Amino acid sequence: MASDATRLDVQTVDDVTVARFVDHRILDEAVIQVVGDQMYRLVDDHGLKKIVLDFQSVEHLSSAALGKLINMKKKVDASGGQLGMCNLRPDLLKIFKVTKLTKVFDIHKNVEQALKAF
Amino acid sequence: MPETVLYTHSFASDLHESATVQQQIMDIWLKNGVSDGDLPDLQLALEEGLANAVKHGNQLDPAKQVKVECQLLDACMIRVTIEDEGSGFDPEEVPDPTDFENLDKPSGRGIVLMRAFMDEVLYNDRGNQLTFCKRCSINA
Repeated sequence: MASDATRLDVQTVDDVTVARFVDHRILDEAVIQVVGDQMYRLVDDHGLKKIVLDFQSVEHLSSAALGKLINMKKKVDASGGQLGMCNLRPDLLKIFKVTKLTKVFDIHKNVEQALKAF
Repeated sequence: MPETVLYTHSFASDLHESATVQQQIMDIWLKNGVSDGDLPDLQLALEEGLANAVKHGNQLDPAKQVKVECQLLDACMIRVTIEDEGSGFDPEEVPDPTDFENLDKPSGRGIVLMRAFMDEVLYNDRGNQLTFCKRCSINA
């Protein structure tokens, strides 16, 4: 079972929150649940509106994890905020391309480019 | 075609049990020399297949079993069969998650991912048995 340890490394750059996933593989249901809850808290509990999700450490994620990301995007949009993504490895980008989620998410090459989009 | 059964097991429809089975199969693939380049793709397909069987096929009913078999064919092809005790489904009837109107739906992408990362993904006529195959680099 996944522990409830921090699965997001959160930093603030100017007024933008950069949340980096610490897991290499976001595949296990228990891990996905915790990752999702910790992402949602950025919006629900902390009221953050400018968020970048950094996938530098992530090698693979499942369709259930994609569902959490879509719900996160909806939360941020509903709060009037903006969500960016960056540092997706080629294998990970393939997941977003084959599911056509590149049309849903703002995906940037790296943190610097993601920050410029705000 | 020479085939070796690497793993066969039945388990109750429980996500923790499913995670244990997934890890056991991963360990066997690793032990049998499946390359680091192929393991993540296989794990993704295995996760999607097991999750579909447990959650959608057997509706998380612990009285229903999921049967998994993993084979090595021709010394380089991994084949996995996952069978649930549900009523089955027609994969052609599943809404296409890449259609514009479905893009923001949080579920329904498992089959698309399996088809993208595996060489072959098949269902039996009843729709309660999934088979996927991937040609892999096997380290001696």
